[in-house]
Amino acid sequence: MKQAELLIIGGGPAGLCAAISAASSGASVLVAERNKNLGGQLVKQTHMFFGSEKQYASTRGIDITGILLHELNKYKENVEIMTDTTIVGMFEDGVVTALHKEDNYFKIKPNAVVVATGAFEKALAFPNNDLPGIYGAGAVQTLMNVYGVKPGNKVLMVGAGNIGLIVSYQLMQAGVQVVAILDAAPKIGGYLVHASKIRRMGVPILTSHTVKKAIGKEFLEKAIVCQVDDKFNQVEGTEMEFDVDVMCISVGLTPLNELLSMRGCQMKYVPQLSGMVPLRNDNYETSIENVFAAGDTTGVEEASAAMVEGYLAGLCAAAKIGHMTDDFEERKNDYVKQLESLRSGPVGKHILSGIEQIVIKGEQYV
Amino acid sequence: MFEKTGIPSEEMIMGKFPPIERINKGPVAVVECYKEIPCNPCETACRFNAITIGEDINNIPVLSKDNCTGCAICLSKCPGLAIMVIDGSKSDTTVQVKLPYEFLPLPTAGEIVKGLDREGRNLADVKVIQVQNPKSFDRTPVVTIEADRSIMYKIRNIRTEAK
Amino acid sequence: MRIEQHPILQFQKGKKLKFTFNGEEVEGFDGETIAAALHAAGVKVLGRSLFLHRPRGFYCAIGNCSSCLMTVNGRANVKTCVTDLEEGMVVETQEGKGVII
Repeated sequence: MKQAELLIIGGGPAGLCAAISAASSGASVLVAERNKNLGGQLVKQTHMFFGSEKQYASTRGIDITGILLHELNKYKENVEIMTDTTIVGMFEDGVVTALHKEDNYFKIKPNAVVVATGAFEKALAFPNNDLPGIYGAGAVQTLMNVYGVKPGNKVLMVGAGNIGLIVSYQLMQAGVQVVAILDAAPKIGGYLVHASKIRRMGVPILTSHTVKKAIGKEFLEKAIVCQVDDKFNQVEGTEMEFDVDVMCISVGLTPLNELLSMRGCQMKYVPQLSGMVPLRNDNYETSIENVFAAGDTTGVEEASAAMVEGYLAGLCAAAKIGHMTDDFEERKNDYVKQLESLRSGPVGKHILSGIEQIVIKGEQYV
Repeated sequence: MFEKTGIPSEEMIMGKFPPIERINKGPVAVVECYKEIPCNPCETACRFNAITIGEDINNIPVLSKDNCTGCAICLSKCPGLAIMVIDGSKSDTTVQVKLPYEFLPLPTAGEIVKGLDREGRNLADVKVIQVQNPKSFDRTPVVTIEADRSIMYKIRNIRTEAK
Repeated sequence: MRIEQHPILQFQKGKKLKFTFNGEEVEGFDGETIAAALHAAGVKVLGRSLFLHRPRGFYCAIGNCSSCLMTVNGRANVKTCVTDLEEGMVVETQEGKGVII
């Protein structure tokens, strides 16, 4: 059995920041990442990030991984990284099981864990939604921006949240035509600066519209779209046809929470946080002692918030297992302030109303 | 409507343009950030304290038309590509407009390209004056075009054709 | 289906690899996944659903959704969206649940 002081599950933005924060506090950190590369979904984010300087605003997501790895490398004596390693189980006795590549199955016994497993894309129900050519918007982003492969020639984007808007723009940068962006909601969900950026490229954004059905034999050949009323019912007689070979589904993400559920953490369904999320205290410690969580697995938000949550959870997890630093309070307050600042606008208010439902007050373990 | 279509109204657009006297004096930024989002690189990037957001990074940026030199640093730093620069000092009949443009092919000085409005509609053919793409712009090139004054409040994008 | 030029990214392709898809030779590049190489070659249908035998393509590209499972070198249920391409791989569409060897 492999011993570890602090195990961090997931090497995306939240996990890497948790590792930096914990290792800089003096904790020995083991990062387990199921992919061959670190950085999670940052590897395909070719756009500049929002936020402020502390969250690497104005830097392209693809370049942030490098910045984080450079920072992590400063504490390399304290850090072990295992890529191609999927954590498949977390048990009552604290043992964690891992699978390296396809064949090497082993156990880890950490003193504490930070779960930073992220989120994954939701699907949308409509007839023939399983046809090849209908892909998650993030999947198309991976195909284009990581592997340099176009998903097809003509794309219909379903969902006008930030991912839908950003991926539409990136499709055009890759030389792929976007015929329209749909959203069932009456208003654009993503940042309006992104929407304007795409609109001035001539792409219509159709709010109060949804997919009626997809048509195709072996793969997508056509999409039928229609309007929805204020109760999201389809309006007869408003159908439009789009000849497209790709449809991108961008109707939100949902937290990857299997490990937390399996470990027995108290979970709650919170719509504002996009799914089942763990109850936690101010230090991002869940209802199970020494099991911490950070990033999208605690509620879907922008990557900038995930990074700050990672820093905060890593700091608190390290302190909990004996690596309390002199500047603990100062650092913690800084992270808390950054999160407050990221969440103080209209979008943040929605997130905060979700967070209120999961934070266990008055339980300060540290 | 803006929140349904992504197209700002004329009133919203005019609210972001400095007065014509200022435009005619020399280059100045037009910061088309209409909705509160947590973001402040424009403020951080400006060396002349011409853009103010303040303590709460969700505030809408406020431009000081007097401090702004139209240097265009903020154009490449804005993650929303929401900023352009307009300069009415060069001619009585035309203005020069600097726009961020992250598409290929990148035009070259002297080339004629399509000038588009905020809905992507073709307004007029416009002449490219300059293309800036230094390393510090981090792959967000800034294209300067010359446009007739009749479309100065409408033009917001260009389209280049593959050669 | 490959992006030749990109305003932000430069794609550094690895060395050319040959593999087979349902017996036909296909080319891809070192460093890319099986699903990416197949998509670049115009292959969208990666498998068939268990009961209705409907065509299946990839969906999430991060190894979560099981839509891209194929038989690779005789081994069933390989997540081709996260499995790296290797020289000489034998890639086949999978009918049914697949068999453990």
